Amino acid sequence: MLSRVANSLYWMSRYLERADNTARMVDINLQLLLDQRVPDDRMVAGYWTPIVQSAGDETLFASLHTRATAETVTAFLVFQPENPNSIVGTISLARENARMVRDQITGEVWEEINRLYLFLRTSAARALLRSSPVEFFQEIKASSLHLQGLTDATVVHNEGWLFQQAGKYLERADKTSRILDVRHTAFPARGAPGPVSQASALEWAAVLRSCTAWDAYKSIYGAEVLPGQVAEFLLLSPDFPRSVRYCVQRLNLSLRRISGVAEGCFSNDAEKLAGRLLAELQFGTADEIFAAGLHTSIDVLQSKLNDIGSALFQAYIFQPFYASDDSQLQQQEEQQQQTAPGRARR
Amino acid sequence: MAAPDATPPHSALPNPTSGPLPPVLSGYASAGFFDEMFLPDGNLRPHYRKFVTRYGSIPREEMDSKRRAVDALFLRQGITFNVYGDSQGTERIFPFDLMPRIIPAAEWEKLEAGLVQRITALNLFLHDIYHEQRILKDGVIPSYYVLSAKHFRREFVNFRVPGDIYIHICGTDLIRDADGGYMVLEDNARCPSGVSYMLENRRAMRRTFPDFFEGAGVRPVDNYTGELFNVLQHVAPAGVGDPTVVLLTPGPYNSAYFEHTYLARQMGIQIVEGRDLVVRDQRVFMRTTKSQQPVHVIYRRIDDDFLDPTVFRPDSALGVPGLIHAYRAGNVSLANSIGTGLADDKVMYYFVPKIIKYYLDQEPLLPNVPTYLASEEKDRSYIVENLDKLVVKSANEAGGYGMLMGPQASAAERADFRDKILAEPRNFIAQPMISLSRHPTFIEETNHCEGRHIDLRPYILYGQKTTVIPGGLTRVALRRGSLVVNSSQGGGSKDTWVLYQDE
Repeated sequence: MLSRVANSLYWMSRYLERADNTARMVDINLQLLLDQRVPDDRMVAGYWTPIVQSAGDETLFASLHTRATAETVTAFLVFQPENPNSIVGTISLARENARMVRDQITGEVWEEINRLYLFLRTSAARALLRSSPVEFFQEIKASSLHLQGLTDATVVHNEGWLFQQAGKYLERADKTSRILDVRHTAFPARGAPGPVSQASALEWAAVLRSCTAWDAYKSIYGAEVLPGQVAEFLLLSPDFPRSVRYCVQRLNLSLRRISGVAEGCFSNDAEKLAGRLLAELQFGTADEIFAAGLHTSIDVLQSKLNDIGSALFQAYIFQPFYASDDSQLQQQEEQQQQTAPGRARR
Repeated sequence: MAAPDATPPHSALPNPTSGPLPPVLSGYASAGFFDEMFLPDGNLRPHYRKFVTRYGSIPREEMDSKRRAVDALFLRQGITFNVYGDSQGTERIFPFDLMPRIIPAAEWEKLEAGLVQRITALNLFLHDIYHEQRILKDGVIPSYYVLSAKHFRREFVNFRVPGDIYIHICGTDLIRDADGGYMVLEDNARCPSGVSYMLENRRAMRRTFPDFFEGAGVRPVDNYTGELFNVLQHVAPAGVGDPTVVLLTPGPYNSAYFEHTYLARQMGIQIVEGRDLVVRDQRVFMRTTKSQQPVHVIYRRIDDDFLDPTVFRPDSALGVPGLIHAYRAGNVSLANSIGTGLADDKVMYYFVPKIIKYYLDQEPLLPNVPTYLASEEKDRSYIVENLDKLVVKSANEAGGYGMLMGPQASAAERADFRDKILAEPRNFIAQPMISLSRHPTFIEETNHCEGRHIDLRPYILYGQKTTVIPGGLTRVALRRGSLVVNSSQGGGSKDTWVLYQDE
């Protein structure tokens, strides 16, 4: 597989996952606000600022909007042309990457990405977001699920597919940790969080909903929402498909299948780092995470995920250029002879 | 053929052989030009009868919804071209008309023979120019014209191209004059594009009107990619058993990018950009996730100038440093070969009838449009004195650029061209204004069919054998009265049906 193609597939998949997560986060936050009694400005900002922070785009946001409100943050995260991480921005980038590898993805996958892209560029899409945000975000989420289904069911599960998997799970692990981090101010700097008020419980339920984890959480921990358990579930659950541990496990698996290197060994830094992170998540406990501080732990986790991403790029995509200076020189000399016959060779 | 027609202009029944015309064609004005569908007496040409009957049986509303469905399909599939200079990155679909252009078997046979003759002669010509230059020594073409041609690659004189083939893929533009006679407007011997539209148009038609094709005797076009792949494999370097063929694209921002991915996918080959390739020890490799894999044949869709920054334009970011070195060493083949742009030079076009005569000792089966060379003194004075009647073209521009449509131009534009011609006569030719044939075309504003000017670009493949794909891209000038069919200038397209029989 061409390195450039692998890179495009990887990023296409990451951008699709990013759009999906942004849609979930904004959607849930909008709904959460409906449950509040007459929210004041400060409270509204308290709800929305962390959402912008979780995307890591505070500076850009501050340069475009003065206050964080439902309107400004939604506009920023959905249609803002200046924001490359907006839903429109990420879908455009996903499509751009898909275009570069159209011969590698199926017609079905391409057409669905293209359909979503074209939809987002219509005035109907903007109107829908205004009149019925729930339906608008449903459209994005449904398309994302549709694409994941198509990718699983219509694309050959070859190397290219594995790069898509790697991209998807890396992005998802990162996003899940960010969604959790949105409420980090509710946690003590160190130590396990205690029980919370009713209003706060709603916010934690929203965190779960953003990860579609509400039902799964309830079936394991019961209906009471305890922040400590939410964190444990979203970080360490071995089998919930959006938990960080699960995502890293899938990422690790994809990397190993790409290279064919067995579990417990590694052939490049991406595998080494992914394997090491997986072991930490497998053999770590919630108490240890709280002892180090949840926010700090998430920070560390995110930088490890970034390192895996860069290592993957180094291992498979970036290739040093081997230009033999001698042969180029020789070639140009030959060229010289063609245009000026009779001139002696050096 | 302007043969007088025996049928009186107003016969009792408008179409005795096919029943009344469908409403969308009623009152269609075919006079004044050669019409592809109608005889001068207003009757349908025989090869359109079956089609018009079937077309007429579809209710208006159904036709409208089919039209919308096809447009939506093209947009969804991304069968679009990029509009250069548009910051929104707007992509447009190439407007598609549901009414196909139909060519009967006998007519096609003549076209096919003419096209085969032409590509054969052009390949012999290029071989000669890049080797013995007999045609120059014999004085058939003044040497000056060849040596001053912009795309003549003197670096490749005496270089033996793989399989001795210069032009592997050719798209020749044909037009019909007021009498319906076919003429060659230009040869595209570098990177002719548009073939994916030919293929996709047919697919869309088959999907939209499956019953039109039943028993209509339309020859298929979809063997194109298979034949192309054969040609590419045929020119692989000697001794390579299972050659790796790739398509080299300038990248996704190129207006023909859709076509590149389409062809690569259909042939099951990799589509690569310059940065995916690397040359080591005079061999070309692809950079893959596993290792570097050898490449043997490159179907390149970038111009000579950009192929290799170490040989041609040093600022080329699209090319592969060292590629030409590998090519010279015989380790990789290119299609089309380097230097074919010479045959696209409009001044060389003037000489093609002589080229055919010289190498094949045959009369050209497809005539050229009468052409005047500005660098010939007699022609030049005729051109500058008759600018209001002529079409002036730059020798090395394509896509409708660098052109003067004399009769429609302003006096200032004509004066401007006059100066240019006198300053650089080598760069200009002139032709009389040809009144292109017209074809009924659905026009949305009037909700009716109107006559629009068309041309035809058939595709010719030259490998072990020469194949002309029965069909081609019929381009339509959608603006009323316009003679410019280019997609960048308001053109659209039609499916082109070549029939197994004559009606």
